[in-house]
Amino acid sequence: MRATFIKILQKLAVRHKDIMLMTADTGYLFNDFKKAHPKQFLNAGIAEANMIGMAAGLSLTGKNVYCYSMSTFLIVRALEQIRIDLCYHNLSVKLLGAGGGLSYGLEGLTHQALEDIALLRALPNMTIFCPGDPVELEAVAKESIDHKGPLYIRFPKDNQPQIHRTSLKIKIGQGIFITKGGRVAIIATGSMLYQAKLAADSLFKKGIKTTLISMPTIKPLDIGLIKRIIKYKAIIVVEEHNIIGGLGDAVGSALMDFGYKGVFKKIGLPDKYVVRVGDYQHLCQKYGLTSEAIMNQILKLNKKYGSGFDKIK
Amino acid sequence: MAKLTTKQINQYRKIAQQIRLKILEVVYRTKGPHIGSSFSVTDLLVALYFKALNIKPKETHYKNRDIFILSKGHANLALCATLARRGFFSENLLKRFAVNDGLFEYHPNFDPSKGVEVSSGSLGHGLSIGVGMALAAKNERSKRRVFVLVGDGELDEGSNWEAILCASQYGLDNLVLIVDYNKFQILGKTSEVLNLEPLAAKFKSFGWGTREINGHNFPEIIGALSSVPFKKLKPSAVIAHTIKGKGISFMENNNIWHSKHPSEQEYAAALKELSK
Repeated sequence: MRATFIKILQKLAVRHKDIMLMTADTGYLFNDFKKAHPKQFLNAGIAEANMIGMAAGLSLTGKNVYCYSMSTFLIVRALEQIRIDLCYHNLSVKLLGAGGGLSYGLEGLTHQALEDIALLRALPNMTIFCPGDPVELEAVAKESIDHKGPLYIRFPKDNQPQIHRTSLKIKIGQGIFITKGGRVAIIATGSMLYQAKLAADSLFKKGIKTTLISMPTIKPLDIGLIKRIIKYKAIIVVEEHNIIGGLGDAVGSALMDFGYKGVFKKIGLPDKYVVRVGDYQHLCQKYGLTSEAIMNQILKLNKKYGSGFDKIK
Repeated sequence: MAKLTTKQINQYRKIAQQIRLKILEVVYRTKGPHIGSSFSVTDLLVALYFKALNIKPKETHYKNRDIFILSKGHANLALCATLARRGFFSENLLKRFAVNDGLFEYHPNFDPSKGVEVSSGSLGHGLSIGVGMALAAKNERSKRRVFVLVGDGELDEGSNWEAILCASQYGLDNLVLIVDYNKFQILGKTSEVLNLEPLAAKFKSFGWGTREINGHNFPEIIGALSSVPFKKLKPSAVIAHTIKGKGISFMENNNIWHSKHPSEQEYAAALKELSK
């Protein structure tokens, strides 16, 4: 996914000479870009805070800047530069974060991005986009060029399968209905889109119809869409992020604003630091971020709140 | 310090070789990254754990022990293999390095009972933590010393330079910073990404006592570590010139081994070289 993004950016950089791509000495994906646009590429070294400050300077003087690093170093390390230099100045700098969530499994907690969304959600002017499939990725890559204000793109683990039709038009700020029906709505973002899709497919086979929504833009939230789903008996949000401060909380508080009376469930990572050694798949399994775990959660809700509330009619 | 005998030097070399073999074996088995970085620091770790550090592997919590912080956390395999070889825990536990439901990851997790004093992995944290520990030791008039190992690329992080200023300001002569100066970082040569030179002069200008050594030469490493503080009431910087991938000819100074793991053939060739 990251490589695809950089390829698209490389093409755009031909016409858009103002594009600058920076990395904090990470990512083995810049050779072609560097060769094609040597003056539009810069390795800032392992110095994220300085990179973001420089990006602000470049942006203030007319450059269209993209900054790349591993999500947690890019966001958490440079948070004050992002807050003041980018958000307060409302600069159109793009933050490309590799390895959202648990992607860097065996590298351990220092490399996992578990709170990045929560931190950025609290910053005015910030837009947060978590592509969940190649169509969403291509959409945000192209739209990012003209996007106003700071934009964070959180890449999931590479090679997410395609969910949407290639021709589908996706805009930053809009949620997308993938299936409609039943009385349970599942909202997923980023890497969890595919797992939620698999869960919805399995439930369908069991005779349980669900509505599946992809919500790549976490901020600003698609409030119009949330308003349309308050009729659902149950709403489940799935994300690869701390249970605090992510999409689940965003959706939950929007639902409260609309006086939602149904069942609401967040699926995400626990608010705990534990040493759990394992690769990406292993960790997802341990934390219940698999299609099977998502399905079981819905079956459990089904049992608790009366069977038949989401049966296919 | 008394001069090292040839016998002693050979002993350290032998231990380093055993640790490199262990590193190679684990990286090959787990298809893991960071073999180049681990080989780069191996000799430094041997000198620290088998000579310089005042530690008791069987009494890990004893109060005035010296502290070692591996700030370049991605060399964790070298640290774990050294701790095991030194007797902090059984070498059998290395089977649980970087496996599902294992014990160790690619970066260190805080566990003083196993000799891991600080979690690290995000660069540019270890020295500040070390300054705090050295400051506490000074306040308590403890004999404790704090040794921090950073990578050269790691010195890109500005937080290091805040700590370097601080350590000098507070006169932390119980603090030793070792720079694993292997001249590479992920995307290229350190000199081409962010040049550190003149590095020794930088430390000197910040008030530190400084010494440059060959980081694979035991008499030089031990000589330096045994003569700290280099300067009265000032912290010490040991700039250790090292070779990324040291010990395996085809890995030395070849930066792909930052993240690559050996194929079956490469493993066999490496094993042969290390077994010599």
